[in-house]
Amino acid sequence: MLKEDTDRVDGILKVTGKAKYFAEYELPGLTYGVLVTSTITKGKITGLDTKAAENAPGVIAVVSHLNKPSATAYEQEGGPQMKIFYTDKIFYNGQPIAIVVANTFERATYAASLVKATYAKEEFNTDFAKALKDPKAKKLQGQADYKRGIENAYKTAEVKLEERYFLPIETHNPMELHGIIADWRPNNQVTVYAKTQGVKATQGTIANVFKIPMENIQVNSEFVGGGFGMALRTWPLEIATVMASKHIGKPVKVVITRAQMFTMVGNRPAAIQTIGLGADKDGKLTGITHRAYGETSTYENFTEGVVNMAKFMYQCDNVNTSYAIVPVDLGVPIWMRGPGEATGAFALESAIDEMAHALDMDPLDFRIKNDPETDQQKNKPFSSKNIKEAYKLGAEKIGWSNRKNKPGSLVEGPWQTGYGVSVGVFNANRGKASVKGILKADGSLLLQSATSDIGPGTGTGMTLIANKLMKIPVNKITFELGDSSLPPAPSQGGSATLSTVGSAVNDVCVALKSAIAELAANSNMDATANFVEVLKKNNLPQIEVTKESQSGKEKDNYSMYSFSIHFVQVKVHALTGVVKVSKIVSVGDSGTIVSPKTARSQMLGGAVGGIGMALTEESIIDHRYGRYINNNFADYHVPVNADVPEIDVNFINKPDPYINPMGAKGMGEIALIGFSAAVANAVFNATGKRIRTLPITPDKVLA
Amino acid sequence: MINFQYLRTTSAKSAIALLLKDKNAKFLAGGTNLIDLMKRGVTAPEKLIDINHVPLKQIEQIGNKIHIGALTTNTAVADHALIKEKLPLLSWALQAGASAQLRNVATVGGNMMQRTRCGYFYDTEMPCNKRQPGTGCGAMEGFNRMHAIFGTSEKCIAVHPSDMCVALTALDAEVVLANSKGERKIAFKDFHRLAGDTPQLDNNLKADEMIIRLEIPVNNIAKNYHYLKVRDRASYAFALVSVAAAFELNNNKITDIRLAMGGVAHKPWRLTASENFLKGKEATLSNFEKAAELAMTGAKGFGENNFKLKLAPNTIIEALNLAKSKA
Ligand SMILES: Cc1cc2nc3c(=O)[nH]c(=O)nc-3n(C[C@H](O)[C@H](O)[C@H](O)COP(=O)(O)OP(=O)(O)OC[C@H]3O[C@@H](n4cnc5c(N)ncnc54)[C@H](O)[C@@H]3O)c2cc1C
Ligand code: SF4
Repeated sequence: MLKEDTDRVDGILKVTGKAKYFAEYELPGLTYGVLVTSTITKGKITGLDTKAAENAPGVIAVVSHLNKPSATAYEQEGGPQMKIFYTDKIFYNGQPIAIVVANTFERATYAASLVKATYAKEEFNTDFAKALKDPKAKKLQGQADYKRGIENAYKTAEVKLEERYFLPIETHNPMELHGIIADWRPNNQVTVYAKTQGVKATQGTIANVFKIPMENIQVNSEFVGGGFGMALRTWPLEIATVMASKHIGKPVKVVITRAQMFTMVGNRPAAIQTIGLGADKDGKLTGITHRAYGETSTYENFTEGVVNMAKFMYQCDNVNTSYAIVPVDLGVPIWMRGPGEATGAFALESAIDEMAHALDMDPLDFRIKNDPETDQQKNKPFSSKNIKEAYKLGAEKIGWSNRKNKPGSLVEGPWQTGYGVSVGVFNANRGKASVKGILKADGSLLLQSATSDIGPGTGTGMTLIANKLMKIPVNKITFELGDSSLPPAPSQGGSATLSTVGSAVNDVCVALKSAIAELAANSNMDATANFVEVLKKNNLPQIEVTKESQSGKEKDNYSMYSFSIHFVQVKVHALTGVVKVSKIVSVGDSGTIVSPKTARSQMLGGAVGGIGMALTEESIIDHRYGRYINNNFADYHVPVNADVPEIDVNFINKPDPYINPMGAKGMGEIALIGFSAAVANAVFNATGKRIRTLPITPDKVLA
Repeated sequence: MINFQYLRTTSAKSAIALLLKDKNAKFLAGGTNLIDLMKRGVTAPEKLIDINHVPLKQIEQIGNKIHIGALTTNTAVADHALIKEKLPLLSWALQAGASAQLRNVATVGGNMMQRTRCGYFYDTEMPCNKRQPGTGCGAMEGFNRMHAIFGTSEKCIAVHPSDMCVALTALDAEVVLANSKGERKIAFKDFHRLAGDTPQLDNNLKADEMIIRLEIPVNNIAKNYHYLKVRDRASYAFALVSVAAAFELNNNKITDIRLAMGGVAHKPWRLTASENFLKGKEATLSNFEKAAELAMTGAKGFGENNFKLKLAPNTIIEALNLAKSKA
């Protein structure tokens, strides 16, 4: 662990239950909404009988497409989006078709069960693999084709392979259920308590849908119980709640069920990928082809960066990629931690391991041999990259020298041991954000920005940046977020918050320091005088500065990425097919580590999520009905403590000279990206069995 | 609102009397299964008779039998010194089930009565002969990875999900049931049923009966035993296949043996043919393998669960291996 170690600033609030999450707000006159959902997969609502529900005790209103309060902008909005309660069309099973509002949650739940819909059913397909095979099914380009050098050069290589990789739907399933409290007041004043990764984004969506000014809308989201990407948009269920509140003139709270978490708030889309790799006999890559297909919905397109990594991760003159999305009759997907890249890395990093095996090379040596000095895609130098150092550190820690290149070599009774490695990489982003800083004569510093914290510890990171610059003790610094009235900041996604908002914190602190220096000079004080003295001398209770911050030209001159290396040791039971991850070493190469403890937690969470992706997580649909079969926590398996070994987290912790003033690159996504391939590679090393379909469950190992 | 009446009683007699009064009444023990089923709309009892205060929480040895009250929690049984010493197989099986939180409230009677975890059974929008006879079996040609390979019927291929019951089947337990007229005792292996033409019935408990206690004979197989549960994650998951194995070993010769399997049938599946084969034989790998092969007679996969045809014998072999190596 690094030296300057600080606890999570809101840790005590969280573990003592004082941190308040959206569903915990008690508003006067609060009512409760429960969503009624379609039980068919495709077709039209021919009738919606809401009488029984309306007459049930405690029911205040039933809102549906029959009586939705007008939201004109919503209806005129372009693009094939699902507009809640706008249409009688059914796009997928589990689509919200009405909201029942009552004076208690239980009454609303019961009344919702009384709403009876009749439908005209149409034929549907929820099976992405089937759609892919169907020449008549739509395939849409998800990203421009990419080509460098010769297309499909792998086909003529000395050593070549071509393999397909399958990823099922994964569902984010944070502990906290999704929902919102909406309070629509007279004069179109709206307050919401949301579970969102972007308070400004939620504010913007509500403004756009209901055509009211931004200033009329207040979004609060101080604490979020896990987002993983699913809270990066305002979902139809949230709009439904705002509509309901507008309709009845009272605050409405909606908290969806665990089963609804599978159908209303997105998922990691299923993907089928083909990787072609070619190399010469000495182990130099001569061709990389990455073709990917991702699942999307019929009413909205969703794309992500599945094939990005293939373009720059390895030195290779001939690279081509393609990515298409295939609509099926399911709810639209959304980014899930390490979006796209995690999907792509499973395929690419598995294939790299397969190639190393074909060449009879150590997969680590193979990677080092093909490690590029510059980014061949952008034709630019990397802003910073210490990947060889990371390889070395991780290899030492996991005991890579114990690994045998020949699979199935390490056997102890029924248990076979294997080692695997894989790389993760994600754009090191920096966006635009504003922060207000208020420096007070009582020695404290208040920082404010409309950013979010879905768990990584945003407040802690920001506090530490300010602490370092201002030399103000951590307990005298407060960072306020999750409030749309604060200076604007982007949504928390793409591992960019620390870089983006942190830079603004940096700029604010620098500005505050120079303001104090100027005051000191004007009042004949020493330039190094303490700000409290300076403020007092000037009879000022406080000074405040607001700064907007964004990157400059460096963005154009360098290729900026964060990297991670995942090493795992697995034990595979030869008779039962059970895979246990027995050791994990993750190394992050993401510039300066601003907040060691919360950074470590990010890596821990990534590894646990990675075990889930590799071994246990899969959302299963019965395609005859278009309904999920395992939409609960007993049957959708996230890893439990017993699945998680000790995780050894390491950071290179060298500043990136260009990305931002802190030298810190994002690390939320890289914690997960690539992890699943490391496990699959280790399973291969243990058993000689290459499993290309996740999750790696006992049946697949035995097959 | 789907209203129900909550009643509490402190004696088995009054519990049964209350049950008799109302066709649509149900006992509430730990509630870990029943409440979930009510929430999902699978069942809607009009009366819940809370039996947690009925004094049936004893764990004691009477003669050569160990008595366990029906309302003893799974944790209390698993942790009890007498059980750990004399029926360690049962303790292990219990600890392989659910989570610590669930085991703390789940009871012996409730565990026996828990319903299948078949996803179609839980989703009232799907066909399921067990939930609603005559609607068809969703799993038969659907998602049946968790489903049965033995004793299946055309109506239902669900499995009984309990771990505890697998051990109890192996241990030759008996169940004492009470009704308004008195008590009756049946062999544990006859408690649960195969689905046959009546998949809606999981067991042979009559509508006016209550589970009172288990009686388990003290045995000579408490040294070489193992409960091996293969599942999708290391804890808190139902068995793909589980095996309860215990035997008495004299000079590497098996003089007594019990074998039962879970996750493979509508009831805990006792492996009598394998037991008979192994009795009197050496505890060798090749004998274990033959026993495992014998166990698979009549096994049948339904697609996604075909892997159990391989996993089941493998798990038998490994459970026997592990039982043997326990010194
Ligand atoms: C998420 C989850 C995971 C689980 N995993 C496992 C697992 O891995 N392995 C496993 O074995 N189990 C597992 N279980 C099931 C658990 O063991 C059962 O839910 C529990 O044993 C039921 O006991 P209970 O006392 O809570 O029963 P209740 O829910 O109170 O009752 C269940 C049924 O039994 C009836 N009943 C209760 N007592 C009596 C009696 N004395 N006489 C007659 N009828 C009675 C009730 O009327 C009801 O119909 C899991 C459960 C959950 C929710
Ligand atoms: S297996 Fe049994 S419980 Fe499952 S759907 Fe078929 S009938 Fe219902």
